[in-house]
Amino acid sequence: QAPASPAGRRAPLGARLRARPRAPLRSAASAPPLYDVVVSGGGMVGSAMAAVLGHDIHFHDKKIALLEAGPRKEYDHMPDSYSNRVSSISPGSATLLSSCGAWDHVCSLRLKPFRRMQVWDACSEAMIVFEKDDLDDMGYIVENDVIMSALTKQLDAVAERVEVFYSSRAVGYTWPLPSHSSDTSPWVQVELADGRRLQTKLLIGADGHNSVVRKEAEIKNIEHQYDQSAVVATLHLFEATDNNVAWQRFLPTGPIALLPLSDTASSLVWSTSHDHASELLAMDEESFVDSINSAFWSNINHSDFIDTAGAMFRSAISLLKPSGTAVRQLPPSVAKVDPESRAMFPLGMGHATEYVQHRVALIGDAAHRVHPLAGQGVNLGFGDIACLAHHLSAAAFNGSDLGSLKHLLKFETERQRHNVSLIAATDVLKRLYSTTLAPLVLLRTWGLQATNALPPVKEQIMAFASK
Amino acid sequence: QLSLFRFTVKRPFSTSHSSVDSKEMKKFQLLAHKWWDEEGEYAALHSMNDIRVPFIRDTLLSMSSNYHPGNPLSGIKILDVGCGGGLLSEPLGRLGASVTGIDPVEDNIRTADRHKSFDPVLAKRIQYKSSSLEEIVEESMETFDVIVASEVVEHVADLETFIKCCSQVLKPEGSLFITTINKTQLSYVLGIVVAEKIMGIVPEGTHEWEKFVPPKELERLLESNGFSVKTVNGMLYNPLSGSWGWMESTSLNYAVHAVKSGARARSYATDGPSETDIQQHSATAGTA
Repeated sequence: QAPASPAGRRAPLGARLRARPRAPLRSAASAPPLYDVVVSGGGMVGSAMAAVLGHDIHFHDKKIALLEAGPRKEYDHMPDSYSNRVSSISPGSATLLSSCGAWDHVCSLRLKPFRRMQVWDACSEAMIVFEKDDLDDMGYIVENDVIMSALTKQLDAVAERVEVFYSSRAVGYTWPLPSHSSDTSPWVQVELADGRRLQTKLLIGADGHNSVVRKEAEIKNIEHQYDQSAVVATLHLFEATDNNVAWQRFLPTGPIALLPLSDTASSLVWSTSHDHASELLAMDEESFVDSINSAFWSNINHSDFIDTAGAMFRSAISLLKPSGTAVRQLPPSVAKVDPESRAMFPLGMGHATEYVQHRVALIGDAAHRVHPLAGQGVNLGFGDIACLAHHLSAAAFNGSDLGSLKHLLKFETERQRHNVSLIAATDVLKRLYSTTLAPLVLLRTWGLQATNALPPVKEQIMAFASK
Repeated sequence: QLSLFRFTVKRPFSTSHSSVDSKEMKKFQLLAHKWWDEEGEYAALHSMNDIRVPFIRDTLLSMSSNYHPGNPLSGIKILDVGCGGGLLSEPLGRLGASVTGIDPVEDNIRTADRHKSFDPVLAKRIQYKSSSLEEIVEESMETFDVIVASEVVEHVADLETFIKCCSQVLKPEGSLFITTINKTQLSYVLGIVVAEKIMGIVPEGTHEWEKFVPPKELERLLESNGFSVKTVNGMLYNPLSGSWGWMESTSLNYAVHAVKSGARARSYATDGPSETDIQQHSATAGTA
């Protein structure tokens, strides 16, 4: 039955109300347990979502379930060596983690604040430096395992509200018919691999860039595999230093980044072609270290033309704005790589056309996947959580049905507005910096130099990225 | 939505006039199954929850001293008169209240019962009954902490009887919340011509301008029947965004919060206002 459409109702609402339901639903007598919220996916973003809701005052009497396909990991004590999977955590994300009590745990385990970020080109002298005026921390480099350990502790603290199902992969979802045909269950049915079933008023998909929730909800995903893989490793520096700067150099094959872990160690994230990545993994440790140092120090990609043009532009800027150019510093040199710490994974971009449907919401990589060059990946996910939790908390305090599209759409609009520009910009930067063609190099050289000379623009960029 | 019925069928125990209007009942019978379509005929009522639930919730919270996190209305007994399909009963139930919803249209109650049955928490907290207000008075004297009559009084046959019955089933110092439509030229143009005939925001024929209630009239009836009017707020519906908001003017829709006087139940038919009533009235003069 087509809903009546008085003027003013948005058309897309009606189109979204369902995805095809499957089996007819059983009677209430044998009904599976009903949860207010089920979060599918127990990674950093899924766990944080469950923890934040579990600590929300308006969810005090609600039932939340977190489904994680893997086993429960015990993080009793951190190994001495650093893990090779790290994330750059923005101040906004740190605020979210502290709202559920997890940031204190992170601080008591280990993390490295950084104050400055230097980004420069391999094909020219152009560079841009980000730092906060008040010399506050710009961000923090934290191992993913540390974040998971902190979140697991905070989930344990609200165990009477949040039930975590480990080793439980969801294999099927059944969507409800629109709520006014009232003979079948209005809830989302979730089927686990071992045959157990759950029902929920709201399903949150936090199951990564190959999200099953997104696929089952038939939400279209715009995706693109980059012809790049990221190589990660834990490196030991030649000599101890303050190490509070994050370094990133754009090579024609892809950006190489050095993220501080401690005064003597840094984490490597090197995005490069698949072939080169395999070579890097296969070569012996000394050659690997040499490649890294040379990637940061060598000027082999410079051309006289670009250097001259760049120098000219820089003089012009220093006439207009004397403080607008800074001296390019060199990153610390690397002495050793942790054995067994080298790994690689393929890169791609993705963006779901819708983040929400009736009783479904996507967060984190399930909704958007981005290149690591901007260090934003997990921060976008934490931003999703902050926004969705805010709207769900208000909905709970209003006695609303948690799965109602009305507040879910507000979350979608806010986040898409924020995410789309950042993802698009990251994609553009990735492509712009993947070439050695002189005109584009010139363009990005001048662009970078000009941006570096304009504090208001840089402040805007930093503010946007640190939300 | 309530259609209070003027009974044509003889009932063994009912005597005098009731506040139910049979024509009104028929209107709502036809739409009984459309209640829960958020985009359908009742879309404006669904979105009205965004202001009426916080209004009720915040007023009650400001009057109480302790507040249970996650269940702000826990322990409060609410009567939802003219509950229709349960659109307002359910959010109040989710906030922890024990809700009794009554409506004379049986199909409405059936719809409401079915909709709440899937949620075990709501199924326990909310009880629905097909009944008029008068029919429950005898068994529910001074039973409820709060009565909610939202979008009801403009459908009622006899408003004064309705208010008297509210007073009887309400505990002393209990709260009465009413939302309804003013009787003005503007409400005729916007509330009937535009809302029903032109834009279809409300199903055609739902409202009769003659039965709209001006706030002064409602206040007078409340004050002379043992209530003290605490708040009167104008409401406005924006058809473009599909959302409601508060406004200064009460020339269209408005909401009222009144409190029953603290004295024990008295006979209302004869006495004039008591001293307590006069004191309360002058204390609140100028707040509306």
